[in-house]
Amino acid sequence: MFTSTKNTQRKKRQELIAKYLLMTMTLLIILPLILIIFYLIYQASPILSVDFLLKNPIRGMRDGGIWAPLLGTIYLVLISLLIATPIGVFAAVYLNEYARESWLTRVINLAVVNLAGVPSIVHALFGLGAFVLFAGIGRSILAASLTLAIMTLPVIIASTKEALAAVPVAFRQACWNVGATRWQTIREVVLPNSISGILTGVILQVSRAAGETAPIMFTGAVFYKAIQEGDLLAYGLLDQCMALSMHLFTISTQVPDVPVALPYGTAVVLLGVVLLVNALAIVLRFKIRSRKKW
Amino acid sequence: MNENKHSIETRALSLWYGEFQALYNVSVDIGHGLITSLIGPSGCGKTTLLRCFNRVNERYGNVKTSGEIRILGKNIYDPDVELIELRKSVGMVFQRPNPLPISVYENVVFGLRLHTPAKELTRARLDEAVEEALTDVGLWDDLKDRLKRKATDLQLEQQQKLCIARLLPLKPEIILMDEPCSALDVEATRQIEELMLELAGRYTIVIVTHNMAQARRVSHECLFMLMGELVEHSRTEDLFINPADSRTADYIEGRFG
Repeated sequence: MFTSTKNTQRKKRQELIAKYLLMTMTLLIILPLILIIFYLIYQASPILSVDFLLKNPIRGMRDGGIWAPLLGTIYLVLISLLIATPIGVFAAVYLNEYARESWLTRVINLAVVNLAGVPSIVHALFGLGAFVLFAGIGRSILAASLTLAIMTLPVIIASTKEALAAVPVAFRQACWNVGATRWQTIREVVLPNSISGILTGVILQVSRAAGETAPIMFTGAVFYKAIQEGDLLAYGLLDQCMALSMHLFTISTQVPDVPVALPYGTAVVLLGVVLLVNALAIVLRFKIRSRKKW
Repeated sequence: MNENKHSIETRALSLWYGEFQALYNVSVDIGHGLITSLIGPSGCGKTTLLRCFNRVNERYGNVKTSGEIRILGKNIYDPDVELIELRKSVGMVFQRPNPLPISVYENVVFGLRLHTPAKELTRARLDEAVEEALTDVGLWDDLKDRLKRKATDLQLEQQQKLCIARLLPLKPEIILMDEPCSALDVEATRQIEELMLELAGRYTIVIVTHNMAQARRVSHECLFMLMGELVEHSRTEDLFINPADSRTADYIEGRFG
């Protein structure tokens, strides 16, 4: 009794096969990421140094560092998020806390979802038409940042709404029943309890804004532009700028005889910026989890 | 201002959630300073009626009402009624204690901070309000050294008392309680009931309860509701011993519900 039969042994074999098959597939997901990072760092190692970060590209971008594109990317990301975050967060607060279910809010929610799916090249053309030409801003950091802001906006709205919805209704009831207005409820209770979630959503958009090439190519990024090395205020709002993603594209495909390490070095820095910022988001998320008591 | 012996008076109050009618012609006078309990089977409209008294129903979506509700003699559907002021006077306590995830101290003064300009809120005034409110609900001795603690870390019954204490600094006239003990154990329930009896007189208390024994223990008067209608309203002893309506008799004897 209770001993194994041919049938149970067969089932156990299948169980083992299934487990290891699934595990292999899971490992296959991580493998490319690790390979990419190591390969990039290996290829870039001859060039990686502090100087590489702080010097402009020289000799037709075949030598020197990536100061100008690095600073350009920082400008584009920061300014686009400065524009997109307040609009996105306030819109999400309105949609989640004030708006009643109606055809208008349904249309707005639908628009937000669909806007998130628009390819970045379409955003690029929109930015070119709307900001560069129609509004007359011209190709500039401002126009490119506005374009990136439009691109990141829907995701910021969606993630903010999610963070707001996670605040228990009981907290809101507690407020209404001592006579708090909606705005007091939002300011005193809803936002303080969702701010980390909102920030996480916003920070995750940094990697998107930093990585996209198409939206800035038409609206403000240039192939080459030398700026004052070490000067954090080297770009003005209406200047054009270099950007890491664009720079990587240029030196890998448009300029002949670039030393191999150069594009790899650029890629490592771009990846490094994105990973660093994402790590920040993970830390934030971890902190909310540990603080949450409801 | 209240010479009236009724704190709450409704006249032909009907209420619809969209197309669904939840209250039918409810006319009731709720006595000043008494504990009045609302009993009846699930879905009979007792929570809806309770939520009418500070018009918080309107926050839950598509609600339409007709008829009149007078709180302390004033029709709360009059156009000059400010909901914020109404809700200061008519506070509510919920089934699950809902302290805010801030300190005990800040929970108690939460309402004061909302309604008083920051300049007038001296430390002394806040401290005094906290001591007074926590003393009133019997938490002061337990918590006076732990006011900075997070309110969500307290025991459930302490949380529920804190939720009552949170209403008091606003000097409410009426406290509405929506099954305030149904998340609590026997001992905690007893404590909340004792607290209610202590607060009665100073405040008019209306409590919704599923627990008929509780209604019998704590309330002076009792309202029995069924399918959105008020069936019977009388002194608690009378309602349980000598119900006037056969439906009330059936309910309290457990033949339905």
